[in-house]
Amino acid sequence: MNPTEYEYLRKFLKDNSGLDLSADKQYLIESRLLPLARKAGLSGIGELVQKLQGGARTVITDVVEAMTTNETFFFRDKVPFDHFRDHIMPEIIKARAAKRSIRIWCAAGSTGQEPYSLAMCLKDMSAALTGWRIEIIATDLSQEVLEKAKSGIYSQFEVQRGLPIQMLMKYFKQTGETWQVNPELRAMIQHRQLNLLHDFAQLGTFDVIFCRNVLIYFDQDTKINIFNRLARQIEPDGFLVLGAAETVVGLTDTFRPIPERRGVYKPNDPRAAAAKPALAGAAPRLAVMAGR
Amino acid sequence: MKTCLVVDDSSIVRKVARRIVEALGFQVIEAEDGVEALVHCKKAMPEAILLDWNMPVMDGFQFLGTLRRMPGGEEPMVVFCTTETGIDHITKAMGGGANEYIMKPFDKDIVMAKFQEVGLIALDEQTAA
Repeated sequence: MNPTEYEYLRKFLKDNSGLDLSADKQYLIESRLLPLARKAGLSGIGELVQKLQGGARTVITDVVEAMTTNETFFFRDKVPFDHFRDHIMPEIIKARAAKRSIRIWCAAGSTGQEPYSLAMCLKDMSAALTGWRIEIIATDLSQEVLEKAKSGIYSQFEVQRGLPIQMLMKYFKQTGETWQVNPELRAMIQHRQLNLLHDFAQLGTFDVIFCRNVLIYFDQDTKINIFNRLARQIEPDGFLVLGAAETVVGLTDTFRPIPERRGVYKPNDPRAAAAKPALAGAAPRLAVMAGR
Repeated sequence: MKTCLVVDDSSIVRKVARRIVEALGFQVIEAEDGVEALVHCKKAMPEAILLDWNMPVMDGFQFLGTLRRMPGGEEPMVVFCTTETGIDHITKAMGGGANEYIMKPFDKDIVMAKFQEVGLIALDEQTAA
């Protein structure tokens, strides 16, 4: 792959998925796109770039999906799910006692491990949630990934990464070499295609938003823009959960970290946030985003 | 340092398992079958046991039953690691006193996740590894 092709792909991915590759990610592109090029009967990355420049629709989708699909596992990092079970849910259950309804959004639902992990947590606390209306919406950019999530079918390898054996026995059915999430759990989740760069106001407001390990791929302006829009979709007493390598600190005043709960954030009162001057570095960029 | 007893009749599997478990910070002892494993346990109870199912002389399930009836035999965390991947075997193992279950083939990520699940290694060690 020559530098011109690399630059083209960088810009292409930035524009189409928000993926922000640094100047030294040639290996990543090659490892993900070379198999795709071969599968399409092309000689290599060069020819793939030509196809993209020619506007070949299916190739465009394939490239974006290949570059944005990430490996994930059940109960990834464990701690956020402990927070969800022991801290977030008890607080939400108390706050919604009259309404008896909870809405949760997995904003980077990927192949389904995260939404199903949350569904399992909720099932395990079903005694406290009898008669409640619970909605879990899992979104992802990639249609292919969503199909897998919807099917709830996982390989033996996948069900052993992070999933306790008791959960496997309780919530999965074995079919030959694969394991499928049971229908009751699958029915708890709605899967929808969504690009976080686009408007997501139509999803409504949520009590809990999991948005983990996706913002790391975006540049600072895009992150700020997404945080600000996420803030509009979250209840004032709701929770935002980010990935281990992600934070709002230094980017936006719309959320604040909960010190003793790593990765968990609460929305700030929008009026209070507006009254406080934004961080020096962030202010002009916010203005730029608003003008787009 | 915590000790892990690796019980498997295949020397190759023991070697692979040893490398993984040592990397997780354990001292490793090996046994070829259930009887040999019991001898080790009588001398000193390990903190962890990675246990194959199908072995000559005494299989993993028989070993588990005997271990759990021994004085102090309830202490080790027993993680099955076997080609028996049917739900019937899993249910039987968990009912028989196993703490976790690995379906072969396995890799470092799986062993790490399972050891973490039963509290043999802390989360921080996992992130650092």
